[in-house]
Amino acid sequence: MASAALLKSSFLPKRSEWHTTRKSSTPQPTVIAFSVRAGAYSDELVKTAKSIASPGRGILAMDESNATCGKRLATIGLENTEANRQAYRTLLVSAPGLGQYISGAILFEETLYQSTTDGKKMVDVLTQQNIMPGIKVDKGLVPLTGSNDESWCQGLDGLASRCAAYYQQGARFAKWRTVVSIPNGPSALAVKEAAWGLARYAAIAQDNGLVPIVEPEILLDGDHGIERTFEVAQKVWAEVFFYLAENNVMFEGILLKPSMVTPGAECPEKATPKQVAEYTLKLLHRRIPPAVPGIMFLSGGQSEVEATFNLNAMNQGPNPWHVSFSYARALQNTCLKTWGGRPENVKAAQDALLFRAKANSLAQLGKYTGEGESAEATKGMFVKGYTY
Amino acid sequence: MSAYCGQYHDELIANATYIGTPGKGILAADESTGTIGKRLASINVENVEENRRALRELLFCTPGALQYLSGAILFEETLYQKTANGKPFVEVLKEGGVLPGIKVDKGTIELAGTNGETTTQGHDDLGKRCKKYYEAGARFAKWRAVLKIGPNEPSQLSINANADGLARYAIICQENGLVPIVEPEILVDGPHDIKKCADVTERVLAACYKALNDHHVLLEGTLLKPNMVTPGSESAKVAPEVVAEHTVRALQRTVPPAVPAIVFLSGGQSEEEATLNLNAMNKLKGKKPWSLSFSFGRALQQSTLKAWAGKEGNIDKARTAFLARCKANSEATLGTYKGDAAGGEGVSESLHVKDYKY
Repeated sequence: MASAALLKSSFLPKRSEWHTTRKSSTPQPTVIAFSVRAGAYSDELVKTAKSIASPGRGILAMDESNATCGKRLATIGLENTEANRQAYRTLLVSAPGLGQYISGAILFEETLYQSTTDGKKMVDVLTQQNIMPGIKVDKGLVPLTGSNDESWCQGLDGLASRCAAYYQQGARFAKWRTVVSIPNGPSALAVKEAAWGLARYAAIAQDNGLVPIVEPEILLDGDHGIERTFEVAQKVWAEVFFYLAENNVMFEGILLKPSMVTPGAECPEKATPKQVAEYTLKLLHRRIPPAVPGIMFLSGGQSEVEATFNLNAMNQGPNPWHVSFSYARALQNTCLKTWGGRPENVKAAQDALLFRAKANSLAQLGKYTGEGESAEATKGMFVKGYTY
Repeated sequence: MSAYCGQYHDELIANATYIGTPGKGILAADESTGTIGKRLASINVENVEENRRALRELLFCTPGALQYLSGAILFEETLYQKTANGKPFVEVLKEGGVLPGIKVDKGTIELAGTNGETTTQGHDDLGKRCKKYYEAGARFAKWRAVLKIGPNEPSQLSINANADGLARYAIICQENGLVPIVEPEILVDGPHDIKKCADVTERVLAACYKALNDHHVLLEGTLLKPNMVTPGSESAKVAPEVVAEHTVRALQRTVPPAVPAIVFLSGGQSEEEATLNLNAMNKLKGKKPWSLSFSFGRALQQSTLKAWAGKEGNIDKARTAFLARCKANSEATLGTYKGDAAGGEGVSESLHVKDYKY
């Protein structure tokens, strides 16, 4: 999309001149017109995005920072060492046949440069499984001055060279997670900042060969009803797309990672999968241009089964974009618990991961029935005030 | 409130969806008195009310034509006119399954400090007027914003002013039961190429939808009336497939699927050109979650007007020409037009008038 920059000179026409045709007595300002959305990586970005948004497949989010990964390992009594993180990630990426259901895996920086416990590069194992490696590129949330106690996401400084380096290492898509909090407003400032930051990141990522996943997570925290979430979501996505357009981002080469439209975690009225689907699809239809190839939902604290049922409900009819998943906890929870840190449990843990991945694959195709689910899988994973 | 959800919510959605019925489109017959005067002058017909009435009767009462139309945009005068036998035009249209629409803008005025760019007026008492038109039978409205491509145009001011004007108009219409047609016309005048037109169209449409969303307009109860993406009038023409590709891509990048239909303006293209371009768009493979149809004025009426020449004895000939164009465009909405209406007299004549003013 062209961006004509107008540099008006600081003269002021006299009142009487306003009604006559302006004569160019002053030199015409130079016009800079960019023919954008035609960068060096355009074709590749489109192909990558399409590959991730392929039918029956979704994303495994395994990009927990070291601190967050430590929390996960602690729940199974493991120390937060690099060896343990390596062992866990090896388990995940080596699950046989994972690529049938998973099209992309988001990694943390450490993992992108790691090898598996048997000496192969993590990115190579993934690529051989037909899974595209992705990379978390944001630098986390910090308090937003002048807001109502809200956060903003950092990471733009040096982002271009980091993306270029990650591309060299084998990453082909990126992820940046910012948050919006309904109990805190959200304030217009927080929404604008979230949208603008995402747009800047997306433009830089595309410039360096990475398909940006655009993730403005509207946190589950709060006692608000589904209507309020719907209202906030519409505002957030209108801002996001407006700024993406202003930054000349190519929509055919991005993916979205929204939160589903649900009531707040502490709302007394729960919503059925059908209701979640109805509100969420309405949101998508009102805000998402068809040029976007894929919408990969985050699970945000829903139980594994809930996340799968909700996704399934959204795929009961044709959609103009691929509607799928990008789950972390909702794919890994049972797997992690099954592993417990023991080598003899690796196969069972991988089976648990594959079971979840297959369930979500079926949900993407609208064919999930809920058969064979365990009790563990139905446990909610909402943590109030959850920080990564 | 996230989007309009008042008493007309369901009706707006039903009417907007109906207008986008495949195989149908809109006849734009809303030429103001001044503009219709120019048309009549071109065939040496006096610009009096009776002649204006006769022309519209010629169109609306063409046997078999109304089946190809889902809507007809009228000028205020026409909304209250009748056939020679005393039947209100609004009834004729409704019986034929055609929703009456009404032009509600009050023309363009120049934006101070720009190089001849304009914004559109008509917001004052718009709610009252819409209510009145609804009572008279109108079910949709139209408001034309105009932008142009130049070295420094469209300016951010003109984009913002026109997008905001359209959004204000749109929500007021919805509050009074009329489906708003959102029309941000980017004039074809100029030496620019098709890529430039695509860039500008995408930028303008993004601003329009931002404004519509900010004003809580119910997108499911609106229609979009954009220009097709083409090279400028002083630039070499391209094949319909190229127009189709650039146009559909621009729409994929900017128009949310909630919008039920996109009804193109013809903007100076010849009758045949407009039909071929629309046809190519409907043959194109790709994601098109909205119907792609027509809202043509000159591109539906030109050869009809010439054939009529104001003479009663020519009415049948004129109606034959009109029916042919309606049918051709109906087929174009289905991607099945074979070019067999190309033989009509004057159908390939360019209708471009430089710096065209309504």
